[in-house]
Amino acid sequence: MATSDRTFSTAERRADFPILSRQVRPGVPLIYLDSAATSQKPQVVIEAMDRYYRLSNANVHRGIHALAEEATAMYESGREKVKQFLNAASVKEVIFTRNTTEAINLVAYSWGRANIRPGDVIVYTAMEHHSNLVPWQMLAAEKGARIVVIPITDAGELDLSTLDDILAQSPRLVCVSHASNVLGTINPVTEIAARAHEAGALVLVDGAQSVPHMPVDVQTLGADFLAFSGHKMCGPTGIGVLWGRQSLLEEMPPFMGGGDMIRRVYLTDFKPNDLPYKFEAGTPAIAEAVGLGAAVDYLTSLGMRAVQAHEHEIVAYALERLEEVPGVKVYGPPADRRGGVAAFSLENVHPHDVAQVLDRDGIAIRAGHHCAMPLHDRYNLPATSRASFYLYNVPEEVDRLIDGLYKVKKLFG
Amino acid sequence: MDDMYREVILDHYKNPRNKGTLDPHDFSYEDENPLCGDKLRIDVRLDAEQRVKEVAFSGRGCAISQASASMLTEAILGKTIDEVKAMNKDDILDMLGIELGPVRLKCALLSLKVLKAGAYGLEGQHYHDED
Repeated sequence: MATSDRTFSTAERRADFPILSRQVRPGVPLIYLDSAATSQKPQVVIEAMDRYYRLSNANVHRGIHALAEEATAMYESGREKVKQFLNAASVKEVIFTRNTTEAINLVAYSWGRANIRPGDVIVYTAMEHHSNLVPWQMLAAEKGARIVVIPITDAGELDLSTLDDILAQSPRLVCVSHASNVLGTINPVTEIAARAHEAGALVLVDGAQSVPHMPVDVQTLGADFLAFSGHKMCGPTGIGVLWGRQSLLEEMPPFMGGGDMIRRVYLTDFKPNDLPYKFEAGTPAIAEAVGLGAAVDYLTSLGMRAVQAHEHEIVAYALERLEEVPGVKVYGPPADRRGGVAAFSLENVHPHDVAQVLDRDGIAIRAGHHCAMPLHDRYNLPATSRASFYLYNVPEEVDRLIDGLYKVKKLFG
Repeated sequence: MDDMYREVILDHYKNPRNKGTLDPHDFSYEDENPLCGDKLRIDVRLDAEQRVKEVAFSGRGCAISQASASMLTEAILGKTIDEVKAMNKDDILDMLGIELGPVRLKCALLSLKVLKAGAYGLEGQHYHDED
């Protein structure tokens, strides 16, 4: 049994999350191992959103009444908190979107349509989530651009021996996930970005699985764009962030048209608003921005290094215990090079059945292709089971998972 | 809930009936469940009266999808094409004898979807999944 975390009390942290004390069915407590899909929400986030709706709800950037000013201040305070969390140079670089997917699509539609020409090369890796594949496939099809893929090794890491040859093709853009949502691999984004920049390419980092789990500082990351979701980092669904370098964002045309993104509208023409509003058409997700701000405060109070250390301890223990189970194969790199994710297969049992039987004991894992079908094709797997961990998980939950897997084996043996 | 892996389902999963392929066949159809990428193929041979004489299924999937395919192949032997086309979700759920949530329902119904698409295709028609 691994010892509990030394830097913060997990028992206290668990008490911050109301849902963790529920029973899935009478007498069956929840063991939530699906935080890579979405994290649970602490009381402070739920309360912040509740308070906003009870006391301050109004539309932002419009009215001059008290509530409108309060709502605007709260919404913009969420942005300021995200700016500090990322160590961004300015709030102008923090654009609220619906989620990671929309943030990546914003770059594909706005920057992509303005800059990609027939024959241009767009690079991404073989371990990307569909959200960092399909927007580029759509753009390439529209513009007649070419996609080049950075392959992965059998061990589940990027094969960077191919990078020089790929960069020699002068790509316009290199897209890479910071941490894989299946393999857990933490990619050397800073190194890739430096090499990509030397070759004249811009770099987009999918931070959906890194920003919630480790310190991410955009001043040292090396990326030009960083996309992530609020709901995977203790915040609500419906809000995500695109961080981009101001000089790039200034040059980019608006993505969606409507209210709030304009400076002046004429009957047949318009002038776009300044950053970041240029990219935020229509009434935004105000309560969600407030909730995301509260989530950032919560994570900051714990310290991202402590969160990362805790997850590392849990995933190392999970890998050790999973490997003890006959017939289990874990995919991806060793614990010291991965985030809090463990995808595995159990011999002769389909992942759906693994997940279904574990659910009997209140254990929530994910089964399927985890929105990474090309990655599963790479390993010739239709699907995998995935346990993913966050700051509230404890080693005892790993033990319950292992007990559950033995039950699965018995049922299908 | 605990019924989901009742004996008869596990039996069909572990000892599938009519597993394999038929060549030649009167019709064959393959499709996949986009949720999990599971693939299923069903081959059918008809007799002179256009009734199902032989049927085989192949592919990989979870216990629910494989057991429902196995049970379905037994259930349709001797049925006419029109009878096959008239089968619906309730027939499958009655056969399995379990209740299923919306996600697992797709696993259970994959075999029927494939079979009906093949049956409609036999007469040059296109099958639209009603679910």
